[in-house]
Amino acid sequence: MKQTISVLVENRAGVLNRITGLFSRRAFNIDSLAVGVTDDPTVSRITIIVDSGNNVVEQVEKQLNKLIEVIKVRTLEENNLIGRELMILKVNANNKTRQDIMTICEIMGAKVADISPTSLTMELSDTPDRLDTFQSMMRPFSILEVARTGVIAVQKGGGKI
Amino acid sequence: MNGAHALIESLLQEGVTHMFGYAGATICPAVDALKEHPEIAYTLVRTEQNAGHMASGYARISGKVGVCMVTSGPGATNLITGIATAYMDSIPMVAITGQVPSNLLGRDIFQEVDITGAVAPFSKHSYLVKNANDIPRVVKEAFHIASTGRPGPVLIDIPIDVQEQQLKSFHYPEKVEIRGYKPSVKGNDLQIKKVVDAIARSRQPLICAGGGVWLANAQAELLELAESCAIPVVKTMMGIGLMPTDHPLNMGMIGAHGNHCANQALARADLLIMVGTRAADRAMVDPREIQRRMATIHIDVDPAEIGKNMQAAVPLVGDVKVILQQILERGAPVTDSAAWLEELKDYRKAELSRVFPRREGYVFPGTVMRKLGRQLDEDAIVCVDVGQNQIFACKYLPQKKGRLLTSGGLGTMGYSLPAAIGAKIAAPEKQTVVICGDGSFQMAMNELSAIRCADMDVKIVLFRNHMLGLVRQIQCRPPYHGSFGVALDGSPDFETIAAAYGIPSLVANNEDTLDETVDQFLHTKGCCLLICEVHPDVGTND
Repeated sequence: MKQTISVLVENRAGVLNRITGLFSRRAFNIDSLAVGVTDDPTVSRITIIVDSGNNVVEQVEKQLNKLIEVIKVRTLEENNLIGRELMILKVNANNKTRQDIMTICEIMGAKVADISPTSLTMELSDTPDRLDTFQSMMRPFSILEVARTGVIAVQKGGGKI
Repeated sequence: MNGAHALIESLLQEGVTHMFGYAGATICPAVDALKEHPEIAYTLVRTEQNAGHMASGYARISGKVGVCMVTSGPGATNLITGIATAYMDSIPMVAITGQVPSNLLGRDIFQEVDITGAVAPFSKHSYLVKNANDIPRVVKEAFHIASTGRPGPVLIDIPIDVQEQQLKSFHYPEKVEIRGYKPSVKGNDLQIKKVVDAIARSRQPLICAGGGVWLANAQAELLELAESCAIPVVKTMMGIGLMPTDHPLNMGMIGAHGNHCANQALARADLLIMVGTRAADRAMVDPREIQRRMATIHIDVDPAEIGKNMQAAVPLVGDVKVILQQILERGAPVTDSAAWLEELKDYRKAELSRVFPRREGYVFPGTVMRKLGRQLDEDAIVCVDVGQNQIFACKYLPQKKGRLLTSGGLGTMGYSLPAAIGAKIAAPEKQTVVICGDGSFQMAMNELSAIRCADMDVKIVLFRNHMLGLVRQIQCRPPYHGSFGVALDGSPDFETIAAAYGIPSLVANNEDTLDETVDQFLHTKGCCLLICEVHPDVGTND
């Protein structure tokens, strides 16, 4: 089961290295990892998606908590979080296919980020599932490149971790 | 004041009175500053790994943080095993390494190595200091982190230019503020109640005590709980010595290499109370089976230990000493364990009266342990190495009120001699004994220099079987096909080696006169080497 772990850490050099090092040393698998500074410039938020059982996630949480530079760790409940991922996707496009591609973009809410006589580059921010759908719809047009950020998430409502 | 002086001044503020180290180019400013402070004594090792082990022995006996200091590059990488050994046994230690100038970091210049990166998986924390003004805070934090919660080694890497940089002003912080580090101390009251209830219900309770009890200085509380509730006690290798061998509730050491009676007790208990132990594989071969068969309580300072190797029914996180006091305050229930104790008594008796084999011209290690143990001081410190010597000592050396120090977690050969040196420095008045094999002795015998320099009274028992005995035992069992690469051919004559350091030696090869030999050995003034001739075929299960 995929679970979303939100980690607040000191915004310092080397912290990310400690986090990823811990995952490899303890043999935990990371599905995706995204990091960025929070409203407080001394604190970064790392959002980690792990695909493991509850026991493993509990161990991940505890081991993360042991790192001195980790301030807070919380596993976000699946039905109580806002999770988004950004994808930039480039496909082959010509006069014949461009309109079909645009139709899918409209349906999925993707924006055109760049255009050339032979290609279209689109951006879409959505849940990972919807990004997967969009990606598979684009496959027939021959995808040139895909870049995804990994999920970032916060919990719903007024609370914070 | 420059960074180097700020470092030494900070160490003085932390109450450091002894350091172990090896100088080199990038640590020269710090060594230069140390020179001006005779109030910090300094032991020069012969290889950096042993600076770590000495600091470890020192920390375990003094209860203070052990401090070692080496240079960058090879000095730092040599120290790695010392740091990893301390990490696996949760020993409070601060390791200081010199580093190349900060403007050249990452260029692979002479004697540069990313030591903070290298030790990350097996240190509690590490610092790369890039500004001398941070040194007081970093040292304060490092000592706090190393010695609180679950103790462990902390590394401070200081580039040479930072050691030379002038501070704006030196101010040693009074308090530590680390928002991500708040170890729990008190146990949850509801959980305490569950523990007391579980003890009251059980008929065949058993305490399994580990190194965490020593680290929390909770020996008295453990003993009180065991005695007031009439609960027998088994120990892991790190918990040996928590109870005297002749205590009626002491069942010995559990594990693959443990005492039969201890393993019997573990197999038949209906309630297991784990105190300061992580249920590692050598102690509990199949923790899931134990979990399935009996009720389990797990008391540990490190929340991550709960559920890592065993999912205990009642977890209790906090300082072991505080938690045991909480349980005792609640009124420890008297259990109806009389029948259980009676049953175990016979197992224990059988173990203690076990008859060891004899061979003409040799002494049996188990026999030596019994005879040696009988003659040791009540509060002797025994430093045991890794291998057959360790198994024999842990199984058969009678414990009184002293300490047994060994590398239980990492199993680092060559630990005992440097650890004993550190221990002796921490407690010069205490009888200090090394127990090692001819393999492990040769990994650390260069440190006899430290013994000679300080005229240290450290007694060394060396079991000579010309073999890496424990490895050979593994090799002679399936799936392997016999011994290879374990004969210690070419070993020197240890009497000559000792004599070269001005250390006298004795040889034990006759069990009839063994008592006299041990007596003579222990009463020799200063350091002495006792070489025990052991038949190469001797195994730990004999």
